[in-house]
Amino acid sequence: MTLMQKFLTAAAATALSAGAALAEPGLIIDLGGKFDKSFNESAYTGAQRWVEETGGEYMETELASEAQREQTMRRMAERGANPVVVLGFANASTLEQVAPDYPDTDFVIVDAVVDQPNVQSIVFSEHEGSYLVGMMAAMASESGTVSFVGGMDVPLIRKFACGYAQGAKAVSDDIQVISNMTGTTPAAWNDPVKGGELARSQISQGSDVVFAAAGGTGVGVLQAAADEDALAIGVDSNQNHLHPGTMLTSMVKRVDNAVYDAFQAGEEIQPGVQVKGLEDEGVAVAMDEHNEELVTDEMQQRVDEARQQIASGEIQVHDYTEDDSCPALTF
Amino acid sequence: MSFFDIIQILDSTIRLATPLLLACLAGLFSERSGIVDIGLEGKMLVAAFFSAAVAALTGDVWLGMLAGIAASMVFALIHGVASITFRGDQLISGVAINFLAAGMTVLIAQDWFQQGSRTPALTGEARFDTLDLPFAEALSGVPFLGPLYADALSGHTILVYVGFLAVPATWWVLFRTRFGLRLRAVGENPGAVDTAGVSVNRLRYAAVLIAGLLCGLAGAYLATGLAAGFTKDMTAGRGFIALAALIFAKWRPWYALFACLLFGFLQALSNRYSTLDLGLIEIPNAFVLALPYILTVVILAGFVGRATPPRAGGEPYIKER
Repeated sequence: MTLMQKFLTAAAATALSAGAALAEPGLIIDLGGKFDKSFNESAYTGAQRWVEETGGEYMETELASEAQREQTMRRMAERGANPVVVLGFANASTLEQVAPDYPDTDFVIVDAVVDQPNVQSIVFSEHEGSYLVGMMAAMASESGTVSFVGGMDVPLIRKFACGYAQGAKAVSDDIQVISNMTGTTPAAWNDPVKGGELARSQISQGSDVVFAAAGGTGVGVLQAAADEDALAIGVDSNQNHLHPGTMLTSMVKRVDNAVYDAFQAGEEIQPGVQVKGLEDEGVAVAMDEHNEELVTDEMQQRVDEARQQIASGEIQVHDYTEDDSCPALTF
Repeated sequence: MSFFDIIQILDSTIRLATPLLLACLAGLFSERSGIVDIGLEGKMLVAAFFSAAVAALTGDVWLGMLAGIAASMVFALIHGVASITFRGDQLISGVAINFLAAGMTVLIAQDWFQQGSRTPALTGEARFDTLDLPFAEALSGVPFLGPLYADALSGHTILVYVGFLAVPATWWVLFRTRFGLRLRAVGENPGAVDTAGVSVNRLRYAAVLIAGLLCGLAGAYLATGLAAGFTKDMTAGRGFIALAALIFAKWRPWYALFACLLFGFLQALSNRYSTLDLGLIEIPNAFVLALPYILTVVILAGFVGRATPPRAGGEPYIKER
């Protein structure tokens, strides 16, 4: 075989494999990493469930730095992935530019709204879920002070904090809510040492329930709470199993369902905005064998009531991202 | 801000300052011998990983710490071979160390534990326990000084006290021993040391390895003392803050202690208050966090005395034939 022939065969093989991969969905794992035990891990779990149930294949890449967003999205689209699922609000401006260049590819963005004809935007009512865990925190607290550790200081994380504070204040007006953000750069999603230090600082100020919405940083927060015998609340994935006995609950955000549904819909996916809330279990309060001893019947009952009242519109939980202000907490 | 608040902030300051201090002293040894070390971050990271990984596998934190120190010293040796034996650019070698550490730790962690580039959470014997200093309980009743001793100074892990003892030890080695004199000389004028018949390369290797040892302690403290396990990029720029502290301290051990305590204090302060209310003005959190860098620039610009780095810093020594 001459060299030329070898090249041609190789080219043909590449073309074939590209053709076969045409309808595979793609998933771009965001900064923070696939196994952050939180947001990204939840997306990965959803993708794995789809693989198990359908036997299909999908493409996956993990961002290593902020600068790779555009390049990775484009490459994913050019390799023929459809739909391409991107995770996280930080991708919104990039996707806004990339999506029009690939009109035949559908994109799904989680946690942000991108107004393009081939983009489906999935957002969650985190403020409502956080409201419920805020109520539980206030009921579990003996000191009358509860606290919140956020990751990067962005409106989405303030939305968590604001919902949490409203829930806590709904139980008792006197409750103190301390809130800290880890940082202002994406490194804030991956600094468990600082997370732990923030939690210790809050506990020393009297807090005995800490809610972490901080990606990988949250691991340090939950650890510090366990070390100091305070209660902690996890986020995104069910983190109750990490420290049984000190994990009050987790504010679960079903990113896995969102990814699963997107993969399932394949090329039939509908563009537009989807809001996943308490009714369709897009956000929920995690109850399992690891926290059943900590959750009293009264807590369970009041949380269930509040869930129905939110669904019926009787309780209006203020969404921070609507007007960039929070009635229950100052940042 | 009550007295109790101040004690809590000081307690936090000590925890936050320790990794900075150990890394800063590491940089001090290295730079005093004329080897610029921006690979502090990478060495801490690799030490954090190996100490957590070995502690997780064996269940013994001391073995973990030794593994962390060994890993950090291997990286120090790579830096030494590149910049002393092969006379490469010390900055480039340092950057390479940082990249190598960031990539390698994640890769090995994934291969060993399959938990997505992290080690399992450490418990019990696999973590450093906190120590109570003698008489902490008895003295806590003494007004003012009692709580300061019992709550802020006591109750840290052993590596914190090692870090603080490393300051007088460093001072003694550098300024009271023959080895220290030669080490400082080699950073100022390696030619003179060579003329005196002392090996420049051997001294520099010794300094770089001591830096590796101290970075190893810093990394082990992060992963097995403060946190409970390794996570990707967990040093989060502390190696660079330590470098800033080193410049701020004008390459002197006691100044390094104060610089690191100050930087730790600023971090603790910003963790505690989202805005600092000084009565007349309110200082935003971001400014408090930026202060270490601002102060370093002020020092470098020569407003507060002069910060003169060792004269032969960054230059490979070429023996005249």
